[in-house]
Amino acid sequence: MEPFDPPGEPWVRVSPRLATLRRLLGAATGLVVLAGAAVALYLVATWLAVAGVVVGLLALGWGWVVVGRSVRSWGYAERAEDLLVTRGILRRQLVVVPYGRMQFVDVTAGPLDRRFGLATVQLHTAAAATDAQIPGLVPEEAARLRDRLAARGEAGAAGV
Amino acid sequence: MSDVLPGLPLGEQAPPDPSAGFHRLHPLTPLLRGWKVFAAAVAIAAQQAYGDVSVPWLLGSVAISVPLGVAYGWLAWRNTRYRIGPDDLRLETGVLHKRSRQVRLDRLQAVDVVRPFVARVLGLAELRLEVAGGSSSEAPLAYLSEESAHRLRAELLARAAGLHHETPEAPERVLLEVPLARLVESTLRSVAVIGTLVVLVAMVVITTLNHAPGLLLGIAVPFVIAVVPVSVRSVITHFGFTVAESPDGLRLRHGLIETRAQTVPPGRVQAVRLTEPLLWRSKSWCRVEVDVAGYVGEGQDHASVLCPVAPRDEALRVLARVLPGVDVDAVALAGVPAAARWLDPFAWRQLGVGADDRVLVTRRGRLTRVTDVVLHEKVQSVRLVQGPLQRRLGLASLHLDTTPGPVTAFAAHRDQHEGRALVDAEVERARLSRAAAGPDRWMTSQVPPPAPTVHR
Repeated sequence: MEPFDPPGEPWVRVSPRLATLRRLLGAATGLVVLAGAAVALYLVATWLAVAGVVVGLLALGWGWVVVGRSVRSWGYAERAEDLLVTRGILRRQLVVVPYGRMQFVDVTAGPLDRRFGLATVQLHTAAAATDAQIPGLVPEEAARLRDRLAARGEAGAAGV
Repeated sequence: MSDVLPGLPLGEQAPPDPSAGFHRLHPLTPLLRGWKVFAAAVAIAAQQAYGDVSVPWLLGSVAISVPLGVAYGWLAWRNTRYRIGPDDLRLETGVLHKRSRQVRLDRLQAVDVVRPFVARVLGLAELRLEVAGGSSSEAPLAYLSEESAHRLRAELLARAAGLHHETPEAPERVLLEVPLARLVESTLRSVAVIGTLVVLVAMVVITTLNHAPGLLLGIAVPFVIAVVPVSVRSVITHFGFTVAESPDGLRLRHGLIETRAQTVPPGRVQAVRLTEPLLWRSKSWCRVEVDVAGYVGEGQDHASVLCPVAPRDEALRVLARVLPGVDVDAVALAGVPAAARWLDPFAWRQLGVGADDRVLVTRRGRLTRVTDVVLHEKVQSVRLVQGPLQRRLGLASLHLDTTPGPVTAFAAHRDQHEGRALVDAEVERARLSRAAAGPDRWMTSQVPPPAPTVHR
């Protein structure tokens, strides 16, 4: 078994719409910055501006690919006693949170998330270092996950 | 309004009257709070006086601020009251913005009696109830008379344990005392102090050779000012450190100017850290710190010290009482693959992790050796993390997340497959330990809660 493999059943992946949202956000900010940089470079020399735009577009294209891979790297799995969350391409991480250790569950969705039909579920335990959030969930799935986590947390609850 | 004297123990049963059973804090509280305002006023005035502020202005500011401070303190005192029920403590505070707080006693993590210097002079003490969560002490009762603070502590602990509230204070047995000489020597054996001495000697030599004593003063004085207070403060806060055990938990007492008496009930210690600095190793001394949920926030870091300095075997003996059935040295530690030397060339041989059925132990550090001990049942979550370089080398780090405190247990640079196996094993062990963990009310396994078992 590879170290970041799922426990038995495959990882439930997050919605690819998260990649679309992040790509659009990244492209929008990237293009604004690039336009500003291009104007500034044009004032120095035309060839510099052209080179800058080419490099910038290449970087944006690379970012496009990386965002896709990064979003595809998120995954979670519900087991009988705990929730597993994995993520990351450069720095890979696997978190196991027992249901009985959950203090509360947050479901958040910003204005853009709602536009794209996305929500984030975050689990909190008594440890600040617990890093268990799942972005890019369809709202229904987020609500279902929250309710199920809450119910299972209740069943397995333990003191701190 | 009840006119019950502050700090008196409760009657047999709280009558239905809503204000009944409530107590006030000690009537000297406003004076003590006013004193703080006075100190602040003097500090501000002194700061201003470095400009050209006249003496009347200074006196005037003191004359105005002190009565105001005392008056506000009196109002706050009038509006503060508390009541102890069978399961909870109610604390009502606030002059304009009212607040009523309920603290569940079965969730009590620690009870501290803190006596700042001025309060000690007046025979007063602050009782702090620590619960998990929050940013600082969530229910401070400041101030009570010393006697009622102690009585209240005994009552709260008895109720939290699930015993009758008139159960007398449990007897205690001293486990460890830290002699002053050892405390001072341990402070002197720190890199900061020795480094300072070396630099000072060097300065004396250089300035003598240069015949420039003025230069010595100019450099040495700030240097000493930077190091001395830290060392002195450590000696003062840990002065007379005593560790004792009793059925209601672990009792720590320490402090020279401000004294602190801590009671940590059984089952509240989440994790333990043993620290062995290089310069202590010839004496085989170590420092023991614990994670207790509730000891968080401003000024609470020294509350987590279980023992500032003790010989290792003595510290382990105390540890065996705090975590019954745990023998740290008996846990076999496994090292890391040689590939880890690329990421931690200096101390990779010191990295180790091991577990038995109660705890997971991690070790690291060459100059300062750090051993973290985490109870399986207290693990909040388990993480496996792999950075880009670790991935190249086939390594990964295991993290055990516990409640906030000094202990951050992690096993760096394990073989990645072993790391995953450690995660799975730890999750399983934590599950089994949680299922077998004792009740929050630590005496209820022996005595049912309502049984009036009064030993007199």
